[in-house]
Amino acid sequence: MPSNLVVQAPADGVRLITLHRPQALNALNTELLAELANELDAAAHDEHTRAVVITGNRKAFAAGADINEMAERDLVGILNDPRVAHWQRIAAFPKPLIAAVNGFALGGGCELVMCADIVIAGADARFGQPEINLGIIPGAGGTQRLLRAVGKPLAMQLVLTGETLDARHALQAGLISEMTQPELTVERALQVARSIAQKAPLAVRLAKEALLKAQDTDLASGLRFERHAFTLLAGTADRDEGIRAFQEKRPANFIGR
Amino acid sequence: MSFQHILFSIEDGVALLSLNRPEQLNSFNADMHLEVREALKQVRQSAQARVLLLTGEGRGFCAGQDLSDRNVAPGAERPDLGHSIEQFYNPLIRSLRDLPMPVICAVNGVAAGAGANIPLACDLVLAARSASFIQAFCRIGLIPDSGGTWLLPRLVGMARAKALTMLGERLSAEQAEQWGLIHRVVDDAELRDEALRLARHLAAQPTYGLALIKRSLNASFDNSFDQQLTLERDLQRLAGRSDDYREGVSAFMEKRTPTFKGC
Repeated sequence: MPSNLVVQAPADGVRLITLHRPQALNALNTELLAELANELDAAAHDEHTRAVVITGNRKAFAAGADINEMAERDLVGILNDPRVAHWQRIAAFPKPLIAAVNGFALGGGCELVMCADIVIAGADARFGQPEINLGIIPGAGGTQRLLRAVGKPLAMQLVLTGETLDARHALQAGLISEMTQPELTVERALQVARSIAQKAPLAVRLAKEALLKAQDTDLASGLRFERHAFTLLAGTADRDEGIRAFQEKRPANFIGR
Repeated sequence: MSFQHILFSIEDGVALLSLNRPEQLNSFNADMHLEVREALKQVRQSAQARVLLLTGEGRGFCAGQDLSDRNVAPGAERPDLGHSIEQFYNPLIRSLRDLPMPVICAVNGVAAGAGANIPLACDLVLAARSASFIQAFCRIGLIPDSGGTWLLPRLVGMARAKALTMLGERLSAEQAEQWGLIHRVVDDAELRDEALRLARHLAAQPTYGLALIKRSLNASFDNSFDQQLTLERDLQRLAGRSDDYREGVSAFMEKRTPTFKGC
């Protein structure tokens, strides 16, 4: 059982993973990161899990990496850093990942937010990449995903100054998808997860893949992938069921085939 | 932390914070800012405090910034007032507005400069009949800070806001009440008692719900009507889950006086 995570199944098809290192503002040390990657692997392989919500607590989603741990690593240590593989597993999670963010999402915490597909944030959430203040730079996607999310000038300003962004600005900039009352952040994220969990799983999976393709291929390749995925779904029972249910004005009953 | 420039206590659900530099009309210096900040932190963390009452000792409420702290000698480097705003005044104003409980301000005397705008960041403002509000900033080449330029036009309208802030004339408490800048004028001798009575009354009310009312009203100037409707839905959802709501409804059905706990 992971010691830094609380894992719950609050609804059919939905898993809620709560980062739980409150004494360290949920700083993402290697142990926590490994537990999270393991947990997401398990959720990926569990056919009943259709969407995952990840959250922290009211004060912090995750306030960076573990600085003490970082201080101990020399050049060779960083070269062989096991965290890289954990981050890769987290980013490769194939099902919808929804971040419910309250409080601080800084450094690694912000990078984790950006690994999520959908981000619901409380009005008092704060985002940033303060690594520059320590004489380092973001090391888990902070320079890459942030630029893609908010554009170059703002990404540069955040990464080069270490300044933070409040939820309102994060919403304007496109870093988050929705801002809500802090007390309702998790609830709203779970609502979104429940909604997704009721869709056809294969369609959800291919839709996520197609959207992510848009970030790392040229438009022509992305469109080609989209068309292939679209065609692939034509052979599924869920497509027939979805269209028939729409015609018959009833809810669809998807089976994942 | 023991306080030198403020008086601070929490009793019967009421946190009482009184600015206490009467010789300087309770004007702010860095030390007083730090003490007020510490007191507000204690209020936020206290399980007892359900209402904050802010007032001043002596004949003034608050004369804003202590300018003896701000001496600009000829030849000296020009100051960055933005820094002091960012460091002290803005956090104070945000803190009062965000405090999840009703904040009552009893303006016991002259309120000038930032001292005139701090009450506007509170929820219910009572003023002594002899009190007055002075947007003194324009007299020394500055602009109203501490939220004044945002709150004043919304409270009294743009025309009056511009006259107040560009002329810097004294606004009497009675005029302030007539203009809707403050809630109510009270005779000088009764101000403290009246403010405490109001604070104690509110401290026995469903203060969690009151905090949500405060949140919704504070948000209303920023929101569109549609956004505000959504906010009302969300905050009502929270309010409906409170113990106080359950107690309020039961007491109503059972025709008895409710006992609220503020959660």
